Amino acid sequence: MIAPMDLGPHSGFIVAAYAIAFAVVAGLIAWIVADHRAQLRTLDDLERAGVTRRSAAREEVS
Amino acid sequence: MRLSELANPSRFNALAERVLPWLVVATALAFALGLYQALFVAPDDYQQGATVKIMFIHVPSAWLGMLGWGLMSIAALGTLVWRHPLADVAMKAAAPIGAAFTLICLVTGSLWGRPMWGTYWVWDARLTSVLILFLMYLGVIALWRTVEDPSRAARAAAILTLVGAVNLPIIKFSVDWWNTLHQPASVLRLGGSTIYPTILMPLLIMAVAFTLLFVTLHLSAMRNELLRRRVRTVRLMRAAAVNP
Repeated sequence: MIAPMDLGPHSGFIVAAYAIAFAVVAGLIAWIVADHRAQLRTLDDLERAGVTRRSAAREEVS
Repeated sequence: MRLSELANPSRFNALAERVLPWLVVATALAFALGLYQALFVAPDDYQQGATVKIMFIHVPSAWLGMLGWGLMSIAALGTLVWRHPLADVAMKAAAPIGAAFTLICLVTGSLWGRPMWGTYWVWDARLTSVLILFLMYLGVIALWRTVEDPSRAARAAAILTLVGAVNLPIIKFSVDWWNTLHQPASVLRLGGSTIYPTILMPLLIMAVAFTLLFVTLHLSAMRNELLRRRVRTVRLMRAAAVNP
């Protein structure tokens, strides 16, 4: 059973603490996801331009 | 699988691909349970009232801020002593994540301190040593960005990390060694926790949720760093092909 939340006279501090923690974690997740996409895109562009690593070339042959 | 087998980045990537979806689900479930327990089940503290709810994010983020540096220190040894190819990748990937958790710890601690202590900040040993931890994280991140060659940057960052590890016991025992406004340890202490079980259980669930989040983000950031190095290698090859 979920009781209604009464955060008392200092509710502003509690809400601010959770909101800031959420914002920092959300920012961190967004940065990691954006970085992953950016690296994949760059690698894709480079490989489309005809530059591949020697190991990648070996993988394709085998 | 042996640790040495993970030294191969392709093998690490394959393992991360398999594990990450499960970690994301486990993290979401742990946070759902932890936040439900923290916000709706845990009672208010008899002295602090509802502000004790700040503890459920403040304490786990403090633990993970320290765990991040501890992990970086082990990785630093891996870089300097064993020259493990993934050690410096792990070290670099952990820095921004550890910094973020330390920032959460500092900000939530401040917001908890204002109504309970009457001030957002005091220069006591615990608060100051955690601020130093945050500044050291920023220093290591800056160092990684300053030195272009990853292997040279790794050696410099590893030395700085190991020197900074001295701060970890200072943070932990600062409340015992000096008179601090910050309370002494109440969870990880000899003689057991002093927190009542109805408040301790949500705290431990939130600690598990934060730890799972850290592991998920760290594996993802390591995967990104491996990609970044691949991009760098390909660019160097292109430059060599253009200017033989």
